[in-house]
Order: sequence, then C-alpha cells, then structure tokens
Amino acid sequence: MGAAGTAADPRHELASRARWRGLEAAFWLAALSPFLLFPSHLQLASQIAITALFALSLDLLLGYAGIVSLGHAAFFGVGAYAAGLLAKGGWGEPLSGLAVAGAAAGLAGYAASFIVARVRHLALIMVTLGLGLLVHEAANKAHWLTGGADGLQGVRMWPLLGRFRFDLYGYTAYGYSLVVLALAFLVVRRLVHSPFGLSLRGIRENPVRMPALGAPSRSHIRKAYAIAAVLAGIAGALLAQTTETVSLATLDFQRSAEVLVILILGGAGRLYGSLVGAVIFLVARDQFSGLNPQYWYFWLGALLVLVVMVLPNGVLGGLARLADARPSSGGRPAPSPGGRGIVGRLARLAPSRRDRTS
Amino acid sequence: MVAKDVELSLPPGARYALIGPNGAGKTTLINLITGMLPPDGGHVLLGEEDVTGLEPAQRVKRGLARTFQMNTLFPRLSPLEAATLAVCERRGVATTWWRGLGAYRGEVDEAYGILCSLALDAVCHRPTCELPYGQQRLLEIALALATRPRVLLLDEPAAGVPRDESAGLFAAVAGLSQDLTVLFIEHDMNVVFRFASRVIVMVGGQILVEGTPSEIAADRRVQEIYLGGGRRG
Repeated sequence: MGAAGTAADPRHELASRARWRGLEAAFWLAALSPFLLFPSHLQLASQIAITALFALSLDLLLGYAGIVSLGHAAFFGVGAYAAGLLAKGGWGEPLSGLAVAGAAAGLAGYAASFIVARVRHLALIMVTLGLGLLVHEAANKAHWLTGGADGLQGVRMWPLLGRFRFDLYGYTAYGYSLVVLALAFLVVRRLVHSPFGLSLRGIRENPVRMPALGAPSRSHIRKAYAIAAVLAGIAGALLAQTTETVSLATLDFQRSAEVLVILILGGAGRLYGSLVGAVIFLVARDQFSGLNPQYWYFWLGALLVLVVMVLPNGVLGGLARLADARPSSGGRPAPSPGGRGIVGRLARLAPSRRDRTS
Repeated sequence: MVAKDVELSLPPGARYALIGPNGAGKTTLINLITGMLPPDGGHVLLGEEDVTGLEPAQRVKRGLARTFQMNTLFPRLSPLEAATLAVCERRGVATTWWRGLGAYRGEVDEAYGILCSLALDAVCHRPTCELPYGQQRLLEIALALATRPRVLLLDEPAAGVPRDESAGLFAAVAGLSQDLTVLFIEHDMNVVFRFASRVIVMVGGQILVEGTPSEIAADRRVQEIYLGGGRRG
C-alpha cells in the first residue's frame, strides 16, 4: 500500500466534493439582487425562495434517495396549515411558528414513511399519490379547522424578531424566506456529503445491494422522508406567514406535480437544481402569464418538453455535461445522478428483474 | 420445488465449491442461506446461532456475506464511495449526517485498503459504470469483504470475465484470508480445481454427491451431467 502521502489522497478526493465553489458564492450573492435590482418583484422573489426550499426538500428524496413522490405537497400543506392555525389562534411569532410547522410536518412524514419505506416503483408512486390525495381531502372536509375551500382566514403575523414588520412590498418576506432557505440549504448540503448522504445514494443506485451490505435501508428511508417532510413543512409555513393566508392549493396534486417538474427542470440530485429550477419555472410562469394570460400553460408545456428533450438531466445536468466534455475523457461526460435517472426511472416503472430473487 | 432436502455444512476456513448444471438450484440455495428467500422448512445456522428468522441485512451483520452472479453494484458511485459506504454501514456511522465523509479517516482508509488488496486503487475514483467488467467483478468481492464476513458466498465470481482479466480475479480469490469460510458457485472447472478443497454437486434442487475435486472428477454421474468427462457442458 502507499505511504502516508497516498493514504491522504482518497479522503482528499471525497472531501473535495464538499468544498464550496466560487460559483456557489456568486449564486447566493445574486440572490440578494432583487433587493436592489427588482424591488417591485420582491413578492415573486419570496415565492421563488419558498418554492426552492420545497423543491430542495423533494430533491433529498428524489435526487439522492431515488424515491419518486407524487404527494410531497401534503407536507407543504401540513406545515402551512400548522403555521396558519398557530397564528390564527393568537400566537403570531414567526420563528416559533416555523418550528411548530416543521415538527408537525415531520411527524406526518415519519408516520407516512412506515408505508413508503416498504414499497418501490409503481407501488411507491401510488402510495405517495394516495397519501397526498388523502391529506387534501381530509383538509377539505375539516372546514371547521381549515376553512375548507375558502381557506384559512385571520392569519396575523407579529413582526419578525420583534422588529421587522411584514410589509406590503415584501422586503421582510423575501429577506426572511431567503435566510430560511439558505440555512436549510446549509443543512441539506452537509447531509448529502455525509455518510448518511452516501447511504441514500446507495439506496438510489442499487436498493438490492444495500441489505447485502448490512444496511438498514428502510430505516434510512424513514429518516430521509421525515427530514424532507420537515423542510417541506417549513416551506409551507413560510408561505402561510408571508402571504398571511393558507388555501387548499398548498396541498393539492398540482403543487406536488409542479415541484416534481421544477426539480426535473433544474436537475435532480444536484442541490442547486432545485433552486435553479424554481427560478426558471416561476419566472417563466410570471412572464408567460403576463404575455398571454389565456395560453401561458401552453408555453410552459413547450418549455418543459424542450428542456426534457435537449437537457434530460435538467439545466444543471446540461451545464455539467458541457463542463465535463474534456478531451481526456474522450468527450464522455461523467454520469449524473438525476435526469435520465429520473426520467428513466419514471419510464422504467416495472420492477427490474434484478429485484426479484433469481 | 427448486431446492429440496439440502443439508450443507461448512467448517471454518473451508474452500467449498458448489457446482451443477443451470437450474440446479445453486443460486436459490444462496438466496435461502442469505435470507433473500424464506425457506419452507429447515434452519440456517451461523456458528452456533440460528439465523433462520433474521432478515438478510441482519445476517450480514453477523458475518454472512455474498456476491451476486450479475454485478449488483452502484453505477454512479465510485469504488471508493461504494467501499466506504459498506465500511460505514458496518461501523454503524452511516446515519450521521452532520460530518462530511472527509472526516472519516478510518473508514475511508479501510475502504481504500480493501480496494488496494484487489488492485482497484488506480480506478477507485471513477464511477463504477465506467470500469471494465473484470474490475467490476472484483468490486463485487471488495464490497462483500468490506462487511468483514466470517462466511463468504461467491456466486460465480468468474462469470463473464474475459481471459485477460481473470488473473486478477484468481489472485483475489487466492488471497482471501484463511480464516474466511468460502463457498463458491462456479462453472469454470479450472477455478474449482484450483481453489476448492471440497466439491458439492447439485442437480435438480438436490445434492447429488460431495467429495474432493479428484473424487468428483472421477464420479461417473458427474461426468454424465457435464457431457463427457469433466468438461463444462
């Protein structure tokens, strides 16, 4: 074996993936630009930050653990209603509202994970879809609690940290959402470069091999699912608090489908894919609906088809492919964790032969 | 009935080969031993312990590891990541999420060591899917070794490995620790004669005969099965 110098090498390579890149710093700096450059669009910027956090929570499941969830909005909604109800009940302090919402969503996620962790492929998709629909219907029926189709009224937030009122222009809202997003991002970033993150990727890459290594896959999935639910719940709470309203739309299938689309658009399994996807999708939606209010869904659809065909690994996947097309590797890019994996995963819904014992 | 009335006993440090025609139930037997298939009857004992009721992952923790006939690897993970994953799982640190992998010196070094012993260190950072087939087969063994097994079940380790890459594989099998109990399924008689101290022949889900390699090669029934004297049918 090599000397001490060589022994340091393997860790060096693994650790180098976790190092902050200059491009990341540029991204977060650019995230501050709405305050100066687009002050009339701060509400939209808040929406983007909130949706980015929501997409980030799904990326942990989909991009890293390989779990396709069509009902993730359930946790977004649970968080939103939890925060809304707390405020409506008289406690309008934002940060504790976030904590309560995260805990409520996390609990719901952990409970659901016992079913989710036991199934794969088609059954997994159906279970997550079913759970999402269940939660939506429960919220609809319980209009004594949720306000039903009318939504939750009377959500009044106290000033953030006792000083920053939630103003009409959205300065506080965006600042708040951005900081929460950044903190959550730090947590998720740390997680994916940890041994737990490696285990999740192992589950994604080959769920059959994991038990053969002695890994408790179901336990790992339950943890990941609960963490993803907490983050989704916090995103929902942010929405409730910054808009001072909660509607059933926070729970519906469209929201679950949209966040999945956003993730595929930006590139799953790349952390920043969720952020980039949210920016592109919401800006596009804003612009298209401004251009042509009647047919903007058409343009959105066209954009999505284009992206999936030209950049199957999402925008970030496409950029990575460009960057990786070095002459030394013969022009072959490094395989990406998402994209063809995700789109391919959705296409290969039948259980693979390898999963059956043979 | 894929496997019937099979009684198999492996003493510590054994090098046993399991041979038989396709469909004889060899891989099924491995699946039964490792717990991927539940038996209709009977017990699996690891040392003194009855592990019949345990899940596959629990049996691995007690020292029973296997490799797969078809490469069952992590395509987009590098060999180092895969081996580190196995070591972290074994050491029980796989649930920590707040420290980066770079901080786990012991685990990464152990994983690197295993890869070195199988001559995979040069490619340890490339994605598994880019490795040539022979090296992927070696990685199969590396991952099983990373669990520090007492008993290792190799399912056709040389299957599909081109001639020019099989030397490395043979070296790996030869280099396995003497404390390790190994049962390997093989069709390649060269491998069987080279490494096995005892050969078990399975046909139609049952054990036909057991013996030393020379005894088996001389056995008429075995010769019939392999279409004329010791050659792979």
